[in-house]
Amino acid sequence: MRLRRFATLAVLSLAALTACGSGGSSGTSALRIMAPASPGGGWDQTSRVAGEALKSAAPSRKVEVYNVPGAGGTIGLAQLAGEKGNGNLLMTMGLVMVGAVEQNKSKVTLADTTPIAKLTEEYEIVVVPAGSPYKTLADLTAAWKADPAKVAIAGGSAGGTDHIVAGLMAKAAGIDPKQVNYIAHSGGGEALNALLGEKVAAGISGIGEFAEHVKSGKLRALGVSSPARLDNVDAPTLKEGGLDVELANWRGFVAPGGLDDGAKKELTELVTTMHDSPAWKDAVIKNGWADVFQTGQPFADFLAAEQTKVKAVIAEMGLVS
Amino acid sequence: MLLEGFATALTPVNLLYALVGVTLGTLVGVLPGIGPAMTVALLLPITFTVPPASAFIMFAGIYYGGMYGGSTTSILLNTPGESSSMITALEGNKMAKRGRAAQALATAAIGSFVAGTIATALLVVAAPLVVDFAISFGPEDYFALALLAFTAVSSVLSRSVVRGLASLGLGLVIGLIGIDQQTGQARLTLGVPQLLDGIDVVIVAVGLFAVGEVLYVASRLRHGPPEVIPVGRAFLGHSDWSRSWRPWLRGTALGFPFGALPGGGAEIPTFLSYSIEKRLARGIAREEYGKGAIEGVAGPEAANNASAAGTLVPLLTLGLPTSATAAILLAAFQQYGLQPGPQLFDHNPALVWGMIASLFVGNTMLLVLNLPLAPLWARVLHIPRPYLYSGIALFAALGVYALNSSWVELVILYLLGLLGFAMRRFGLPVAPAVIGLILGPMAEIQLRRALAIGAGDVTVLVRSPIAATLLVVAVLALFTPLIRKAAARRGA
Repeated sequence: MRLRRFATLAVLSLAALTACGSGGSSGTSALRIMAPASPGGGWDQTSRVAGEALKSAAPSRKVEVYNVPGAGGTIGLAQLAGEKGNGNLLMTMGLVMVGAVEQNKSKVTLADTTPIAKLTEEYEIVVVPAGSPYKTLADLTAAWKADPAKVAIAGGSAGGTDHIVAGLMAKAAGIDPKQVNYIAHSGGGEALNALLGEKVAAGISGIGEFAEHVKSGKLRALGVSSPARLDNVDAPTLKEGGLDVELANWRGFVAPGGLDDGAKKELTELVTTMHDSPAWKDAVIKNGWADVFQTGQPFADFLAAEQTKVKAVIAEMGLVS
Repeated sequence: MLLEGFATALTPVNLLYALVGVTLGTLVGVLPGIGPAMTVALLLPITFTVPPASAFIMFAGIYYGGMYGGSTTSILLNTPGESSSMITALEGNKMAKRGRAAQALATAAIGSFVAGTIATALLVVAAPLVVDFAISFGPEDYFALALLAFTAVSSVLSRSVVRGLASLGLGLVIGLIGIDQQTGQARLTLGVPQLLDGIDVVIVAVGLFAVGEVLYVASRLRHGPPEVIPVGRAFLGHSDWSRSWRPWLRGTALGFPFGALPGGGAEIPTFLSYSIEKRLARGIAREEYGKGAIEGVAGPEAANNASAAGTLVPLLTLGLPTSATAAILLAAFQQYGLQPGPQLFDHNPALVWGMIASLFVGNTMLLVLNLPLAPLWARVLHIPRPYLYSGIALFAALGVYALNSSWVELVILYLLGLLGFAMRRFGLPVAPAVIGLILGPMAEIQLRRALAIGAGDVTVLVRSPIAATLLVVAVLALFTPLIRKAAARRGA
């Protein structure tokens, strides 16, 4: 009984291992999508949803999603760079990776990849606990300007999207971004706890993490980082609140560098088919993402502009190691 | 409501899902490295096809099963499958070596059942209270908690305090590796990008315990014939019961609230439970501690299971994930378009109560599965050692590779294994290193958060009543033995 159990396990494990190893061989037309993060996170979710949508939209194509976690996605990026010219590989990435490349001084950058498409966006939200004296963004900004150290702001990892928004807000308010008293937390749960317990003055996160608590009245939304007001949250934009800040936590696909035009075109067409499928549209609505599909040169230009913007603010916040 | 929940949980299909869940959970718990969080994450795609109640019943089964399974290898082979069952190895493996493996496994299984059942009942009745408590916890309170947990180290020290502290120091240094969370700066990474996220505590626990043990056993194989391990009686005797039930209850009382704390985790209550049981030990238990005392298995095992139920409190009532597994369960809720929170109980009572009822069912299943298997598992010790330990080496490597499919982590695993071997060879206890690795980063980050929020004012650390209380307990825990010893000396 025990032996049989061990044997089953061994067989299962070996099968899993060979499945991991087989993708490297060329010649097959299986498309591999790399999620450069652990299972369960945003990139993983995007990759898996995209994989399912692709299977439904192009049943003839084999699709396999795999994870390469670590260091804000830069481990996966380095691995992608090693696959130069491979036209059967996509990597999910986004704003966080742009920051991580700078922060970790990664040798491989996004310039070494072939941009394929921008898929989704999620905006950021600035909140305070319900019992906070700050009723509007202007209240918060005034207190912040008076003494930046006294206004502790909770958010996700140092150098991540939330931190970048804090830095951009400081800059817009005329505060030295280095003075921001940012309390980094791992994941939204921890930051949410600090807010609900009124341990910090304000919090920044993706809208999805806080929306439910804004609706229930436990948190007050002071602003969203979108260009215009959003349907699903009752809050003004940061710009309306007097801080000229706009930032979207976007996600998209890149392919390895050194792709010829044919391969690039084929991948772009495939991703477009995926995007047009009902399965994808359905997932976008379910997850509350904004559909901001963009391919080709416009996406490449967008990517380059984001790199400049993020690089500048990360350096100003003193975050480059 | 709960009865309706049982109606949901007891349908044949859902019973089957629960069975699959607990079996899978036990398996991943047994395998070093692979944990319930990863298993649930990999099974997330089933949310596309399976109805929500069934999926959550299965996921909950995996979660509870993982907590049961981790203890088996800890006790039998001194190779914990999860970091939360590390403490179980301390006394559990000593019990196994004295031929009491079946009793250790049984007290672990029954203790887990008792803790799981009580904690699930608490989840039903006390959830709102516990949530208020969890939310009121600030960084200064966590810091005080970490200091209190550090005092647990003194109870796992070997006979030499210096060696114990050396081991703790090693753990603290390993804990420093990676990006500093507050400033985003890399520390001790030696330019290796794979070290930027730090070394996973699972890899350290598996490396120091499992691989270290394998190397040590291998190095001793040629030194004469191996000691013959008696199998012993298969069931809990009267004295085992009477020595187990209090630790079960104390472990539950510790584990449940800790599970509800974000960042509380399953490890800290097991440390605390172990050290409390050691301090409370009297008579035969006191003599046996360090040589295989049943209290040292019963308490920590109950604590780690109760913490799993505790984790569900903030998840279901607030949508606040406090562990890796809970975070993935939250993702699963969102896949179904459900948002955990107070509204969940109103809008989807069938789902929530079905899941809670399934926890009771799953717990019972695990007991029924594990109790008869205890003597069977105990016979694993009869496998010739070369096969047994090469098997452990293989599964340890497999588990760690499955974690991130990174060969760099395999290299780290074996380096840590060599370190674990050296520590055994030179008489350094391994447990303090893992405790240091878990508590060090927590103490550091919470201290810095508390100070940053207080804009540098040191008094914030004692101003909160919770923190002040915890600090007083920590000081007492540290100095009472010394004072008692001094008093005893004067008396003699």
